[in-house]
Amino acid sequence: MATVAGCTPHGRSSRTQRPHLSKMERVIVSMQDPDQGVKMRSQRLLITAIPHAVAGRDVVEWLVQKFCISEEEALHLGTLLAQHGYIYPLHESRDLTLRPDETPYRFQTPYFWTSTLWPAAELDYAIYLAKKNIQKQGALVDYEKEHYTQLHKKINHAWDLVVMQAREQLRAAKQRRKGDRLVISCQEQTYWLVNRPPPGVPNILEQGPERGSYNSSRVQMSSDFYKCEIERFRKALGRNRVKSSVCLEAYLKFSSQHGPHDPILSGCLPSNPWITDDVTYWAMNAPKVAAPTKLRVERWSFSFRELLDDPVGRGHFMDFLQKEFSAENLSFWEACEELRFGGQAQVPALVDAVYQQFLAPGAARWVNIDSRTMEWTLEGMRQPHRYVLDAAQLHIYMLMKKDSYPRFLKSDIYKGLLEEAVIPLETKRRAFPFLRKPLHSSPSPVLQSTPEEPAVTSTPAGGNGKQ
Amino acid sequence: MATDGLHENETLASLKSEAESLKGKLEEERAKLHDVELHQVAERVEALGQFVMKTRRTLKGHGNKVLCMDWCKDKRRVVSSSQDGKVIVWDSFTTNKEHAVTMPCTWVMACAYAPSGCAIACGGLDNKCSVYPLTFDKNENMAAKKKSVAMHTNYLSACSFTNSDMQILTASGDGTCALWDVESGQLLQSFHGHGADVLCLDLAPSETGNTFVSGGCDKKAMVWDMRSGQCVQAFETHESDVNSVRYYPSGDAFASGSDDATCRLYDLRADREVAIYSKESIIFGASSVDFSLSGRLLFAGYNDYTINVWDVLKGSRVSILFGHENRVSTLRVSPDGTAFCSGSWDHTLRVWA
Repeated sequence: MATVAGCTPHGRSSRTQRPHLSKMERVIVSMQDPDQGVKMRSQRLLITAIPHAVAGRDVVEWLVQKFCISEEEALHLGTLLAQHGYIYPLHESRDLTLRPDETPYRFQTPYFWTSTLWPAAELDYAIYLAKKNIQKQGALVDYEKEHYTQLHKKINHAWDLVVMQAREQLRAAKQRRKGDRLVISCQEQTYWLVNRPPPGVPNILEQGPERGSYNSSRVQMSSDFYKCEIERFRKALGRNRVKSSVCLEAYLKFSSQHGPHDPILSGCLPSNPWITDDVTYWAMNAPKVAAPTKLRVERWSFSFRELLDDPVGRGHFMDFLQKEFSAENLSFWEACEELRFGGQAQVPALVDAVYQQFLAPGAARWVNIDSRTMEWTLEGMRQPHRYVLDAAQLHIYMLMKKDSYPRFLKSDIYKGLLEEAVIPLETKRRAFPFLRKPLHSSPSPVLQSTPEEPAVTSTPAGGNGKQ
Repeated sequence: MATDGLHENETLASLKSEAESLKGKLEEERAKLHDVELHQVAERVEALGQFVMKTRRTLKGHGNKVLCMDWCKDKRRVVSSSQDGKVIVWDSFTTNKEHAVTMPCTWVMACAYAPSGCAIACGGLDNKCSVYPLTFDKNENMAAKKKSVAMHTNYLSACSFTNSDMQILTASGDGTCALWDVESGQLLQSFHGHGADVLCLDLAPSETGNTFVSGGCDKKAMVWDMRSGQCVQAFETHESDVNSVRYYPSGDAFASGSDDATCRLYDLRADREVAIYSKESIIFGASSVDFSLSGRLLFAGYNDYTINVWDVLKGSRVSILFGHENRVSTLRVSPDGTAFCSGSWDHTLRVWA
């Protein structure tokens, strides 16, 4: 067999790029262990006895025991091993799947392992097809005939060589024992089924677009790169770290608090629309619904961010702030968000509008930030950019979070909302699920879009963003 | 006069070894505060009950491998992109296709839904990220209003809108991430530091911060400050390409999926890896990961066609989901956590609940 150049078009060797291949090979080697491996026996084919065969059922059983997995998973893994050409059926089948029965299989010789001889050469494939053609007229199936014709055209100048090689290999094979001849033929066929899959069979060698092709090796080698790394490590060494026990406790707290709100984990009432085809859950939890559910109102007490992220929650919080005469804080925060995430072209105008409305002396909705932050902000505003209000925004955010938010949670407004909040009744799965309700479309956001009212307007008696 | 550049004794080799030794010191420092393992702390937590999830919808219509998908904020629409250049917007609840556009390139590896639900972004081997406003107007060709926003020097691997339709964050095979203004196409910030292709990114849900995490072929996961462009934290414990990164819902941690067949959890306050999700029988790379709403479950799609569901706290695998007939390439939980959607090289998308 003509050897193939070991070089791949990729920057890295095929083995490191495909760690799954070496892992599969380790499994295959374990399977062949004389003591711990799969039970081997001799398989009778017509009048020939083929040694070192294994039954599909035994392969599955071995995988179940070795990895403590279900039969379904073991069969799936075994089929992947077959699809990658690491085990092949002895009955000259073109079907590289694993049957969990007495079907005999053998382990592919390392010479033909997927990782060893990639990419498979055209010349070799031509010789293989020619061999088949010579041996048995009509042995080539449709897609192979197509390949054969294509290759004949392409390597026309060297076709004599192809036929000569094919004849030579066939002659050499005749010298072998029948059993060996059969095995080698199976091995070769499996190799080509993997490297030139029939139509409809996924090509397991396909990896997608090349990675690491861009000359990142140049990045790695430069002194600038290492200087950056050194700087990064130095900074990292100086950072404050929190004890693992503290961090990990936080996950327990978070997941126990949010568990009942996780539809996949705890279900949802009245029912999960994907399971029952009933969209009531979505209607009841629409972004701006008049009567929020109890779970939703509860979530507002988990963190300030949860309250702000919910338009209904934020609306009620605004009402509360208005009673406390500090609604301008929330409006200011909203205006800053608009600046941070807005279009680049709007930055100067927005910064100016925010200044006029919230920060200027005598502004209509003046927000109270400390003098140092104010100084810093005014300084930055000489050259306005989208992050110029960050410090002021953070100050106001923390003010609301530490002061107004806890008061909101204790307020009559919130307590009232919690009491009034709805707990939907569970909708059981219909008794006759095959009588499905027709699934209705919902209006697309594209059709519903109305231009959002800006949080900041240029007139002093500006809106507060509420619709 | 300050002299810049290499001094005589600052050879490349000495820089490299200095970096190595600092890296070792950093590992030591990180280890000092690691007083307990996650699964130990999680012993007190109740085990999860029997877990049943099934395919509830199958979206058929792509003529080739599905590479990426994203949910609309309305919790039922999705956008998906494929190898043949097609990008489709579906109402996945009814399985109707609502919009379709054909990109002028193949391997559209990234797509994202705008927060307003009125536009989508996508890109791939064209090295760009383009924004398409969605329209139902039959007379308007969606491709006509297309805006070319991002320009990289290699393939686009991931993209995401920030809190509004007006900014896009991208990751590329050229080793960088970048933040763009959609309207003008202006580059607002670029992020350099990965030593190879960047494959994925995720924006932090934190309350005040402007950070995001990215993963790449250099086996690293890096956390960035969007304002300054600086890398604020980096983690290098995977043994192969990091294909997917996703924040834990509290924003204090993130999970990653890699070609080394493991998923890992990294805590940002402890500044270290705190859990590995792996099993000897799982041999193929994890292509895509996402958390359930409470963060208790981690769904991971793999190149062996399966989806494994992990108990994030206890570290054990809760379930394995079969169904796809080729690699699972993309996986996202819906915005309200009622389901998750997976896309595969078998040309289909599935919604599971």
